[in-house]
Amino acid sequence: MNMSENQIEQRTISVLVDNEPGVLSRVTGLFSGRGFNIENLSVGETLDPTISRITLVTSGSPPIIEQIIKQLRKLVNVIKVVDLTHTEFVEREMLLIKVKAEAAARAEVLRIADIFRCKVVDVSPRSFIIEVTGVEGKIEAVLDLLSHIGIEEIVRTGKVAMARSKKSQS
Amino acid sequence: MEMTGAQILLESLQREGVEVIFGYPGAALIDIYDELPKSPIRHILVRHEQAAVHAADAYARASGKVGVVLVTSGPGATNTVTGIASAFMDSVPLVVLTGQVPTAVIGNDAFQEVDIVGITRPCTKHNYLVKDIERLTTVLKEAFYLASTGRPGPVLVDLPKDVTNGRTEFKYPRKVTLRSYRPNTEAHVGQVRKAVALLLKATRPVIYAGGGVIHSGAHKEVRLLAEKLSIPVTTTLMGLGGFPGDHPLWLGMLGMHGTYQANMSVAGCDLLVAIGARFDDRVTGKIDEFCPEAQIIHIDIDPTTIKKNVSVDVPIVADCKNALIKVLAQLDEAGKAPAEAAASRTAWLEQIEAWRSTHPLHYEQAEDGPIKPQYVIEEIYRLTKGKAIITTEVGQNQMWAAQYYHFTQPRTLITSGGLGAMGFGLPAALGAQVAHPKKMVIDVAGDGSIQMNIQELATAVENNLPVKIAILNNQFLGMVRQWQQLFYDKRYSCTSMVGAPDFVKLAEAYGAVGLRAEKPSEVPEVLKKALAIDRPVVMDFLVDREECVYPMVPAGASLTQMMLA
Repeated sequence: MNMSENQIEQRTISVLVDNEPGVLSRVTGLFSGRGFNIENLSVGETLDPTISRITLVTSGSPPIIEQIIKQLRKLVNVIKVVDLTHTEFVEREMLLIKVKAEAAARAEVLRIADIFRCKVVDVSPRSFIIEVTGVEGKIEAVLDLLSHIGIEEIVRTGKVAMARSKKSQS
Repeated sequence: MEMTGAQILLESLQREGVEVIFGYPGAALIDIYDELPKSPIRHILVRHEQAAVHAADAYARASGKVGVVLVTSGPGATNTVTGIASAFMDSVPLVVLTGQVPTAVIGNDAFQEVDIVGITRPCTKHNYLVKDIERLTTVLKEAFYLASTGRPGPVLVDLPKDVTNGRTEFKYPRKVTLRSYRPNTEAHVGQVRKAVALLLKATRPVIYAGGGVIHSGAHKEVRLLAEKLSIPVTTTLMGLGGFPGDHPLWLGMLGMHGTYQANMSVAGCDLLVAIGARFDDRVTGKIDEFCPEAQIIHIDIDPTTIKKNVSVDVPIVADCKNALIKVLAQLDEAGKAPAEAAASRTAWLEQIEAWRSTHPLHYEQAEDGPIKPQYVIEEIYRLTKGKAIITTEVGQNQMWAAQYYHFTQPRTLITSGGLGAMGFGLPAALGAQVAHPKKMVIDVAGDGSIQMNIQELATAVENNLPVKIAILNNQFLGMVRQWQQLFYDKRYSCTSMVGAPDFVKLAEAYGAVGLRAEKPSEVPEVLKKALAIDRPVVMDFLVDREECVYPMVPAGASLTQMMLA
């Protein structure tokens, strides 16, 4: 009776829910109550103001993921659940970094920001705040490079994700 | 017509066919209680809010209707949590109405304020805080719809005081529109076809039925399927009564305290037909060794139960009755195949008979020895001809009732299965008696459990509910003591209950009748006397203190590793 598939996989799941008080708590409570883990989460209104989209990243074996999706669908306020992982989709997160920048380091910070197409959104004599948008890999790379110079503080959003449009009719 | 929130509530309940409410008043509910005497709805005043929920739970299970609870804010609401959690685990349709402080002070730690919607989120099917009186009827309509459809369950509606004493036009919605809730009741024909193929091919099939069979009223279909294909049937605790306990194909209950033949059959089968059951750990034992050679058909209305604990070969998400009707229809068109399949199972049924005769359920009642608790249950069965509604507490009393009262009809065993809430049996008996005033209702209790809601004797007496309470009094928390005996070298830590009251005098103090049996010969006399009295009766049976429930599968062991004595 072994569940044959034990490979742990990371999944990005998009959940459309009623835009009502308490709904996020139902979703997160489901995860904590059943021992599932949310690694990353973002919530926002959709074009229809009565509906919100929760984008969340979780990990588990395929049977666990199946169970998570079914449990989400069972919540009365959940309208639609889509596992984006194995579809074509675009995902982004955003990071604000306050990085120490004095003397020679100022040029180095700006160079790194330029290479990764980051924006400098605040300048002070001793530091910059830089905005990075992109996939997780890019954000990790910027963090790694700037950590050698001296990061003072970071603020990071959850992931947002969107399925790509179909390229052809076939 | 313009009405107050309280009037709208009571009118809405009537529209939903509610005849009785189990409740307890309080400040936040006073407007509703002020209207209640003008409504034809009957109110049963309990003595503790937990009991209101258990009573409504049993009312729902005994009658098939939705049970309704009305309690006040704060402590009234928190006292319902155990009852709600029990109903949630056992999929019982309830609507629990809680009073709440006025919306203007919600969140301000007002007197008797508690976030009951937050507290009960994980143990209700859904819940609501009604902040606007205009939403009241829609919410109530949805609450009853959600509670009673799909996999049933408790729904809580929190009613702030300014909603119940506000005023608006009464408009009751004709139907429910929920864009996100559409339970699938219709079985997929292709899946049914696959199931039928397995049912015809298997040589060692077993039906494993659960509470879903009772909820969906599929007991007749289960029996037809079993008889047509000669498939032996076991049920979970929640499924007892879903198949006749005196039928030749009946195996008895399975699981931790299941019969030898039921557990051996499940372990040895090549096809397991799970119907409205959820592969709970008390049923499967060690999950990796549960029916290792079997293919599994799993019929359940709740997709989350499928593949939760075991992988399944043919899942059918549907109402059990709907699915079985379709299976039976396909079998009817299968020509001689069903009869041939049935005939091919002779060897399997012989094997099962061999198991049954080697280790039947067993105890010995010495004439001059202490009363055996099993004997009390068998005598209750004999004297009620198996026709009583039995409620139970939780522990040994519950397991002996399950093993020795051979339930033949659905909705005749009412017990806290999933949650295992002690204190369930007495209030449950009251709820069942309200649903069936003419039937004999007996609470099989232990001396521990009965003290958890003993105050409900007052409710029984006040409302003339002539329930019979059979206390199997071993002066122990028997099931925990049994574990301590078997697995903890008899270190009986905190399980001796010697400080119990005199239950006979206690019954009399409440205005009920108290009877006691100390010797085996007194058991039938006490029972006959009690059954003849049309008032609440407490029977105190002083039973063998260290009797154990057998068979027993130790926690975590596989079903075939049964301790038999």
